[in-house]
Amino acid sequence: MKRWRDYRGALLSGAVLLALTLALPYSSALFSSLFPELERPLYLQESFARLLLSHLAIVSASSLIAVSLGMGLGAWASRPHGQAFRPLLDSVLALSQSFPPVAVLAIATPLIGFGEAPALIALVLYGILPVVQGTMAGLASVPATVTEAARGMGFGSRQLLLKVELPLAAPVILAGVRVSVVINIGTAAIASTVGAKTLGLPILVGLSGFNTAYVIQGALLVAGLAIVADQCFEGLARRWPSLPVSA
Amino acid sequence: MPRTSPVILFLISAAWLAALGLPLLSIAPNRLLSGQGVSLAALLHGWRYALLVPALVLLAAPWLAACAPGRGLLLLGSAMLSFALLALCGEEAQWQSAQDGEGLLRVSFGGGFWLLQLLLWLLLAELLRGMRLRMLWLSAALAPLLWLLERGRLDALSLAQEYRNHQDSLALALGQHLALVVYSVLPAILFGSLLGLVAYRYPVWRKPLFSFLGVLQTIPSIALFALLIAPLAWLGAHWPQSGIAGVGRVPALVALTLYGLLPMARSSFAALTQIAPEVLEAGRGIGMSAAQLFFRAELPLALPVWLSGVRVTAVQTVGLGAVAALIGAGGFGSIMFQGLSSSALDLVLLGVIPLVLLALLLDVLFRLALSLLKVEP
Repeated sequence: MKRWRDYRGALLSGAVLLALTLALPYSSALFSSLFPELERPLYLQESFARLLLSHLAIVSASSLIAVSLGMGLGAWASRPHGQAFRPLLDSVLALSQSFPPVAVLAIATPLIGFGEAPALIALVLYGILPVVQGTMAGLASVPATVTEAARGMGFGSRQLLLKVELPLAAPVILAGVRVSVVINIGTAAIASTVGAKTLGLPILVGLSGFNTAYVIQGALLVAGLAIVADQCFEGLARRWPSLPVSA
Repeated sequence: MPRTSPVILFLISAAWLAALGLPLLSIAPNRLLSGQGVSLAALLHGWRYALLVPALVLLAAPWLAACAPGRGLLLLGSAMLSFALLALCGEEAQWQSAQDGEGLLRVSFGGGFWLLQLLLWLLLAELLRGMRLRMLWLSAALAPLLWLLERGRLDALSLAQEYRNHQDSLALALGQHLALVVYSVLPAILFGSLLGLVAYRYPVWRKPLFSFLGVLQTIPSIALFALLIAPLAWLGAHWPQSGIAGVGRVPALVALTLYGLLPMARSSFAALTQIAPEVLEAGRGIGMSAAQLFFRAELPLALPVWLSGVRVTAVQTVGLGAVAALIGAGGFGSIMFQGLSSSALDLVLLGVIPLVLLALLLDVLFRLALSLLKVEP
């Protein structure tokens, strides 16, 4: 019973998003009363469910790649043989903070071409950074006394990483993954400017055609999706609280 | 530093691979066609072989990086190579344009150029690590670039051509972007700090306040901008003399201010809670009034953490401001999206480069201010 309570926010927002996606196709009357001047008050070029699914597909593919690469890179930079690269990674991370995700998208596109590919590459590139940062910070936060004790008990360095350090670092890593995924959801919406089929499409079509109803429909779903993802991580973070380790 | 660092070796091998494998320049018959890549090797002839001198210095890195004079030589080598590559590109562009009678030819930097410059600069940063006045040395390495620009050696490159064609709109975009940042960061500082103060003084408000701001921060920028259009358009229609409209600057400012609230509230809350209770006890003990305690003890002690919150807010706002161009608020984003829609990479870069420079500049200024307060950011 207690397990569900942690995911209350996620379930609630998920239900709202699902209801919204299913109800929007029937909301023509509502939007035409809100915007009587619009001839077509409902975005019909693509179904909202389809846009939502393709948005989810592009975000999960890029996040999956970003999380595995980012955790690998972060863990490697925290090992003795990767330690020398830490300052370099820190400079790259600091530099990337002044590089907005839109800029990565904008530069990737003319180099790679329009469509899903540049969006995917830009999302992966930008998504890696918070994960690396979270992994490095998480592993650094594991107290030396704990790793010493584990080594004393005969843990090899591989076992130490997998069974002691990563589980203890998990909450901080999870926070990094959360940032990465939430940013990716927003950037994927903007990626419809470069031809990726995402929930940003109704927003952009609406903006260029002065159709505020389209804009609202797209924006509601994008905002909903981001909140659902964030609430899922909130639930995970509650299930997986940082262990009270006394140094 | 007795042993050669693997980082230096990695950067130099990556630079060699980039130089050999990726095109340094891209030459297109006109602005809209995509270009043909030209590798560094194809550009070398005559005096240009001199370029290999700093490159060979870098190749000797395994022996040089072990001693201080050798590291100095490496430093000089990477700075010179960065400059020489730029000069080479500028000269090739001039020569190519002179060959082309119609003046439509476009010579742009290729992927290899950007990667090489990034690697060389990371190498510089790595070599200068731990040295005093590092920022000063790094900025000194920019001097040759300014010299090339001033002498007009880079004018024939496509990026410079785009700059000349869009000079007016770039100046306009700079003004718009600065206005967006200033007029949204200032209210965010004011209201965010107030919210942080409320969370500090009234613990009951803490959780709902930060959850609400967290949800607000979660909403992607494009969605928040878009959701503000309808209510603000309604407000504008019912109150025409206010000048409020659904698209343009007002929704952008409102959304950017809302985004700034969380980092500001969080940092001012953290700034106040990190003050040791003993300090406040001592202040009370020597008979300070509540107001004195706030202005003489709490405020100065909270300042560094609060200021790093301002830094995060300002840098974040510069980046988010680019998205505001989609709802017609102008700024560097408008140049970027204009380039994107005509798939002209150099126009995109003309929007992105000043955007990143502005964010970096703000970042450096705030870090400088923080280091003057003698604390780590």
